[in-house]
Amino acid sequence: MAKSNKPVVWFPFAAGGTVIAFFIPVIVVLTLMAALGHVPAGLSYERMHAFATCGLGKLVIFGVVALSLWSSAHRLRCTCYDFGLRADTLAATVLYIAALAASLVVALALLKI
Amino acid sequence: MSRRPLVREVPPTTWYFRQPRYMRYMSREITSIFVGAYCMFLVVGLQRLAAGPSAWEGFLQALTSPASIVFQFLALVAAVYHAATWFNATQKAMPVQIGEDFVPGNVISGAHYVAWAVLSVVILHLAGVF
Repeated sequence: MAKSNKPVVWFPFAAGGTVIAFFIPVIVVLTLMAALGHVPAGLSYERMHAFATCGLGKLVIFGVVALSLWSSAHRLRCTCYDFGLRADTLAATVLYIAALAASLVVALALLKI
Repeated sequence: MSRRPLVREVPPTTWYFRQPRYMRYMSREITSIFVGAYCMFLVVGLQRLAAGPSAWEGFLQALTSPASIVFQFLALVAAVYHAATWFNATQKAMPVQIGEDFVPGNVISGAHYVAWAVLSVVILHLAGVF
């Protein structure tokens, strides 16, 4: 059987694309409201901290952010190629490592809360 | 086995100016830059949340800078464009067959739009917007 690393890259990519489509627009709306001075009640420290304290909250936050990061890394890799950067192995290495490192930062932050 | 070389020379950095279809493809590609940057912004936010109440307040304060507002507005446009094109593609990516017939593509994409709207309203409600 031919071995390929594609499913490993592709599954989180497809999952992340769906997560981004469903969740990121409304999250941007929330932070944009905060930016414009109408901080939603749910973005107060108490509410955010309480959400990130429970196990389900941690799982949701990590799932959404880590999958979105991976999907974005994969899409940026393709974007680099399409704009003429032919060093694909370099772009893939840098972007995937960045996504993994950022996911690790999220995991550590959540464990600290 | 290596691929056969291209017969026509394709300009590697400007090829997408040739056709509106390529331009639309590229405009979707570009959304990944803003969405990716916004994801990193979320990572910073979570790190600030973990650092305590004053760090979180500082983060919310930093959001109100003009650069942040412009960035988030661009991220919103990119995220919505990504979502719309993603849901439009679902009918091609995962066609549903019942018996002999395929479910019409508009129904599949439409169901995604409805789910998106419901989910967004629920999240806005949970976040205390209304």
